[in-house]
Amino acid sequence: MKKSEKAAGSVANFVDERTGAAAWAKKNLTKVFPDHWSFMLGEVALYSFIILLLSGTFLTFWFNPSQNDVVYKGAYQPLSGISMSEAYASTLHISFDIRGGLLMRQIHHWAALIFVAAIIAHLLRVFFTGAFRKPRELNWIIGVGLLTFAIVEGFLGYSLPDDLLSGTGIRIAEAIIQAIPVVGTYIAFFVFGGPFPGAVFIPRIYIVHVLLLPGLFLALITVHLMLVWYQKHTQYPGPGRTNKNVVGYPLMPVYMAKAGGFFFVVFGITSLLGALASINPIWLYGPYTPGQISAGSQPDWYMGWLDGLVRMAPNIETHAFGHTISWNILAPGVIIPGILFTGMALYPFIESWLLNDKLEHHLLDRPRNNPNRTALGAMSLAFILVALINGGNDLIATHFKSSINDIMWFSRIGILVIPPITFVITKRICLALQRKDREIVLHGRESGRLVMMPHGEFVEVHTPLDKYDTYKLASHPQPKALEIPTHDESGVRVKRPLVNKLRNRLSRAATEQVAAPSGDELHELEHH
Amino acid sequence: MSKRFNQLAQKLIAKRRSKWALPAMILVALFAVGSTFSLASAFTNDANNTNLSTSSLIATGKNLFLQGCSSCHGINAEGSGIAPALIGVGGAAVDFQVGTGRMPMADMSQQAQRKAPVYNPAQIAAMAAYIQNLAPGPDVVTDGSLSWERDGNTANGGTLFRTNCAMCHNFAAQGGALTQGKWAPSLMAEKPGQIYEAMITGPQSMPKFNDQTLTPQEKLDIIKWIKSVQNEKQSGGTSLGRVGPVTEGLLAWVLGIGLVVGIAVWLTSKSR
Repeated sequence: MKKSEKAAGSVANFVDERTGAAAWAKKNLTKVFPDHWSFMLGEVALYSFIILLLSGTFLTFWFNPSQNDVVYKGAYQPLSGISMSEAYASTLHISFDIRGGLLMRQIHHWAALIFVAAIIAHLLRVFFTGAFRKPRELNWIIGVGLLTFAIVEGFLGYSLPDDLLSGTGIRIAEAIIQAIPVVGTYIAFFVFGGPFPGAVFIPRIYIVHVLLLPGLFLALITVHLMLVWYQKHTQYPGPGRTNKNVVGYPLMPVYMAKAGGFFFVVFGITSLLGALASINPIWLYGPYTPGQISAGSQPDWYMGWLDGLVRMAPNIETHAFGHTISWNILAPGVIIPGILFTGMALYPFIESWLLNDKLEHHLLDRPRNNPNRTALGAMSLAFILVALINGGNDLIATHFKSSINDIMWFSRIGILVIPPITFVITKRICLALQRKDREIVLHGRESGRLVMMPHGEFVEVHTPLDKYDTYKLASHPQPKALEIPTHDESGVRVKRPLVNKLRNRLSRAATEQVAAPSGDELHELEHH
Repeated sequence: MSKRFNQLAQKLIAKRRSKWALPAMILVALFAVGSTFSLASAFTNDANNTNLSTSSLIATGKNLFLQGCSSCHGINAEGSGIAPALIGVGGAAVDFQVGTGRMPMADMSQQAQRKAPVYNPAQIAAMAAYIQNLAPGPDVVTDGSLSWERDGNTANGGTLFRTNCAMCHNFAAQGGALTQGKWAPSLMAEKPGQIYEAMITGPQSMPKFNDQTLTPQEKLDIIKWIKSVQNEKQSGGTSLGRVGPVTEGLLAWVLGIGLVVGIAVWLTSKSR
């Protein structure tokens, strides 16, 4: 044994004798994780969160969250001598007077955009593969919570510099708060400490942005990852993979190296964007003044769909009992996102209720093998996408030479028509893919080799699948539709017959599928 | 030959006291002066029109107007169902609309588009003079007549621009959408005189900013700020069009998530 190895060994021994760490490390460092690119999307979110913590800490050294007036005397000449808030002036100071300040600001902002994008990409993977099913429903809800907080955190960060664009965003946030019936006005006064814009909002959201929400993130991410650790990672179906094992590589050394390296890859990509592409050029926006507004005022992309909904909302208000209810703000700003996020959080329970499914699922679904779920996901995406497109309707109008009114009407009609069409088409595509899988399993792959028979007929030779591929395509479980009776044997109606009827109907829709090759058919194949 | 010339001269000399002699001489002199003038001005017309008298400039402008504009704007610029009256709009409006190629319109769509001017500067000046002569209005503003570089204040111009202009032209003068397919154009190629003329004449959907709304000094401030934005190098990398977060979000998804996913696929494919 070398001298250095001996020294390391004695240090390890010292720690182990006092903490018992060796047994823990032996068990956990060899923990196995399955390997697939889509399992790394959540990691991207985690890494961009770390980048946000690091770059954000740098920014706090100079950012001054105050709405007190100062006259700007810094390096950026086009704003010299202009009266502005200290928050805006200190952001200009970071951008133009602090070495590396602008780069850090841009890395922070790009990392924020990628953070939310990675969360959504991760969420889509989890949804479309059914990874949210028992026992992971709680982790799904934590994930939905993390997404919600990430959107709020991003919006607060976008609001902090107190530039013309962020002030416009805060103004719209105020309008949404005010649209809450009865108590909206009071909540708005409470949040802003008086009439808009006041002098307390930016100091308040600053502490939420740098302390409260990051703390919440750390806690929720810890629980999220501990649950993954405890419940083990899901895996795609394949030979040797069951609901009771995990096939993959050990944490040490394979995933330590991969994950460590991938962190630096994500850091590299955000730094590259931060160095090469300007983001949120607050010096061009100018300081916020309630009397000013710029054409093309947009939120960051993760709020863009909400802005799009507000932009397409018809101008409807009702007046009752001395209160005004602004449906044009309340519906797109509060009700619709509320329904979407609640539905998303509850979806695991809805699906298990429809299938009466109480089993644990550690094997993932291929999206085509659950056509109804995949179609629902595609439908929700279509809804968000139409709203997002309308959020940029003014830029689409100028850059594609069209009328903003036409785009708005396209969106108003499209948001009602396109999602159902997407649902139907996606479901049909999934069923067609199932049919294709069945065909391939039973008749093999088309080889493209034509053979002329002695009697002159041409046939294409099909290559049969090997047993591993057959297993991949034919092993998925196919749940049956519920058939809860609405009447018992003596013809007496059971309790809640209508609920049962609805549940049966939805269950039939949720289980619509092409029959996978049965055991008999597969058995016969082997004797061909 | 010389004998006959001498005889003619002798006759003319003999008639020098005739009562027709003086009018004939005046006629000859006028003809000589006129011919010389028109010859001289014919040679300098393209290079420099300052020698043209105002009246003939107006006449030229009227001719150009009758040929190129009157089919829509009316024989006497009185306007019609499809085009506004031009009486009182002033030379500034002509110089802006024709000088930026917006007039004559390429088609009757939502609004006139900026394009290469159809008329040369001398012709535009003639048309501007004609319209200005119909009824007084704001006159042509040349780039050289504006002392924006010396007297303008960039920072104040920025504040004025954000208060008065940014709601249509965007925070960095990149332009923006208006209703029904109309738009506020980008100001990235605009010259100082044109900006000034646009403010005082209110072309297309733009309101007029008279000297009470924006003083001449404030107009110079705005011009100086626009020129500063036109020439400002983007700090922090490529500008992404200076249109706000839409292009940023697009890049975050396409390049950011695109690269990350690409590398994740690569990382996991090596181990198969």
